[in-house]
Amino acid sequence: MADLSTNFVGIKSPNPFWLASAPPTDKEYNVRRAFEAGWGGVVWKTLGEEGPPIVNVNGPRYGVIHGADRRVLGINNIELITDRPLQTNLDEMARVKRDFPDRALIASIMVPCEEHAWKAILPRVEDTGCDGIELNFGCPHGMSERGMGSAVGQVPEYIQMVAEWCKAYTYLPVIVKLTPNITDIRYPARAAKRGGADAVSLINTISSITSVNLDTMSPEPSIDGKGSHGGYCGPAVKPIALNMVAEIARDDETRGLPISGIGGVTTWRDAAEFLSLGAGSVQVCTAAMVYGFGIIKEMTAGLSDWMDEKGYTSVSKVTGRAVPNVTDWQYLNLNFVTKARIDQDLCIKCGRCYAACEDTSHQAIAINPGRVFEVKDDECVACNLCIDVCPVEDCITMERLAPGTVDPRTGRRVEANYANWTTHPNNPMSKAAE
Amino acid sequence: MSNTPRTPGVVPGRLDRDALSLNFGDLHPPLDDHEAMVAADRCYFCFDAPCVTACPTSIDIPLFIRQIQADNPGGAAKTIFEANILGGMCARVCPTEQLCEEACVREAAEGRPVQIGRLQRYATDTLMAAGVHPFTRAAPTGKRIAVVGAGPAGLACAHRLALHGHDVVMFDAKEKPGGLNEYGIASYKTVEGFAQAEVEWLMQIGGIELRTGQRLGHELTLDDLRGEYDAVFLGVGLAGVNALRTEGEEHAHVRDAVDFIGELRQSPDLTRMAVGRDVVVIGGGMTAVDAAVQSKLLGAESVTLVYRRGREAMSASSFEQDLAASKGVRIISGAAPVRLIGDAHVAGVEFAYTQDGPDGLRLSDETFTLKADQVLKAIGQHLDGVPGGLDLEGLKIAVQGPGRTSVPGVWAGGDCARGGDDLTVTAVKEGRDAAEDIHALLSRAGR
Repeated sequence: MADLSTNFVGIKSPNPFWLASAPPTDKEYNVRRAFEAGWGGVVWKTLGEEGPPIVNVNGPRYGVIHGADRRVLGINNIELITDRPLQTNLDEMARVKRDFPDRALIASIMVPCEEHAWKAILPRVEDTGCDGIELNFGCPHGMSERGMGSAVGQVPEYIQMVAEWCKAYTYLPVIVKLTPNITDIRYPARAAKRGGADAVSLINTISSITSVNLDTMSPEPSIDGKGSHGGYCGPAVKPIALNMVAEIARDDETRGLPISGIGGVTTWRDAAEFLSLGAGSVQVCTAAMVYGFGIIKEMTAGLSDWMDEKGYTSVSKVTGRAVPNVTDWQYLNLNFVTKARIDQDLCIKCGRCYAACEDTSHQAIAINPGRVFEVKDDECVACNLCIDVCPVEDCITMERLAPGTVDPRTGRRVEANYANWTTHPNNPMSKAAE
Repeated sequence: MSNTPRTPGVVPGRLDRDALSLNFGDLHPPLDDHEAMVAADRCYFCFDAPCVTACPTSIDIPLFIRQIQADNPGGAAKTIFEANILGGMCARVCPTEQLCEEACVREAAEGRPVQIGRLQRYATDTLMAAGVHPFTRAAPTGKRIAVVGAGPAGLACAHRLALHGHDVVMFDAKEKPGGLNEYGIASYKTVEGFAQAEVEWLMQIGGIELRTGQRLGHELTLDDLRGEYDAVFLGVGLAGVNALRTEGEEHAHVRDAVDFIGELRQSPDLTRMAVGRDVVVIGGGMTAVDAAVQSKLLGAESVTLVYRRGREAMSASSFEQDLAASKGVRIISGAAPVRLIGDAHVAGVEFAYTQDGPDGLRLSDETFTLKADQVLKAIGQHLDGVPGGLDLEGLKIAVQGPGRTSVPGVWAGGDCARGGDDLTVTAVKEGRDAAEDIHALLSRAGR
């Protein structure tokens, strides 16, 4: 059995699966159920400053994108931070931590961008016995209109400033939660690091409108005929999150900065992918909201089984394994020449590869009599679209042309050596460098 | 009412009303909205889709399924009706397992095709339930066309002609329009008076006048029609029923399966529909299966379907054969009747096993006898009288291209015409195509 226990910037948990700060972690009752189900950690629903609690809408809070059979692909959310009194949350956190000392309990915090506000709340949070804090600079809806959440996360200087305050006023590890609603994730990550943050977590939700009701002309979720952009999450956002995690993991300035990966983690495999791109823990929300806390059993078992199969003895051995293989386009090997191959025994003759290639790609698939589809090597640029649209797994594959053979499309011999754009004769920069 | 399945003779009320209503309920209940979405999602939207090729009316199946996926079942229905105005009935009665669903690539891939038939029903039901007729008639052309036979071929032909602005008079020998849809299909395939509802919906196009009780060769003659109308379409079906030509055929309770099915379909109260205790059905087509299954559903204690050739040669599809078996019908293949036994009433049938030899099917010496108090004959139908001057091919009206007969100005389609399988969907295609041909010809003549 692989060891799933995790020590993330000093925060220990029996497995790397934390529930993200979100509706599922809003109160003691839910969090106890989560820990009883086996979750390794919980980032408590974001706390605000002392005072009259936040008010939420009293109509629908969530919008959704469904796939086939109403499978939830993405949810968006206009719920704000906790709408319960601060002290209630703090008391509950203390009780839960006392009863589950082996689990990670992290306090998510969002208070105004003023030093005294942070200075005031941090000692009270420490008193709960929690293991760390997460600065919510991410929520794109509601709170951002009041200068908090993503309004902070979109300004690297603010991130650095608040991180510095927190490092000054608490001994707890500081995790900065980043918003994806920016153009280049590396800037806020660098700012967090400069501010002394122990780690970053990402992504928070993406500003979104899930759909429009075409009868009422209101965006969903609709509150009395009006809608507001919400935060998008769930499987649909995973590719965006993976890229942002990788960008930070391989950036010269932030390389090695611990990352808690968030964004559409639904199964163990998603988690393993986040880990491989540099995450030391993962946070889950939407999958739990859709299926309940029981999914943790699939996640831990799946990750453990896979690690055993691969011989990874601990989570830290997985973290970052794929990072060296994430590179810039200019370094991709242009001498790697492949061609699509269709396995006629597996082909069910739907013709989707043909339609895709003929209409939208390179006219590299022929229909022969009897609906036999064949790749025209002299046209195939190996774009992969045929494989992507083929409904049969492994029916179409990419086969590498052996060095020395001639690519019928270009008429050129395939070279064995690695060669990329930086040295390509068509690249004016490569000539300039000569 | 104290009859049971074991009551001897041909009697009504073997089952109570509740049991009968359960037995004659919808064979395939309609998909609900969510089921339709899930079923539609399985379609791969194939290029040059094999299902379309397999459909005699060439409905753009991937398109209509995509329209269902996109929450536009009304649009899906229009796609269907543009190719096949009887898409609602075809969705119920088509042997889809031999047509579109057999060709579906998911049948090849996993033995589980997209449920094209049921999706088609979902779409067409949605539009028809809304009372919408999605087509508008073209400006009147002043041309008049006689359509003889208000079955699937005639209806399809009449609708398409009316759509193009022609005036159609549609004649039918029976009391009600619909042809085999009304009189010849098992009840559980078209429940709740769907056949009549469909005709009424179809007639909403306007420009079609229906005249029932008008039989070609009796009230009507082809010569008169040719004289009175600009064109004539014959979709008269096969009104003649083949005889067994077997000793004892004249015994009471030996009847044509088509009559039995027709009586059952028209019966307002199935508790009054009589059926034997031991029913023997002779034949191997859809009619035989429909008669056998419905006999069983009416409460017959034993129903045996006997076909002279092997199971694989039966024109009833394997789905139909399985359906019969699942309802408790026993199927015996490779045996032919040699004698019907009985007194005034039939009491049994003696069969001989058959052998397929170089000179055709031969009776062997090995015989067996089945007890029978009712025998239903379903060994095929034929053209009942040939209107003068029409060439025949085989035993049907010879046609060329889109239903042109040997007589100028006369088209034919459906079961009465040569070519294609004797299926509702084939009849629809032939009626539709003849209408287009008539329209093209009349348009040219009118210029």
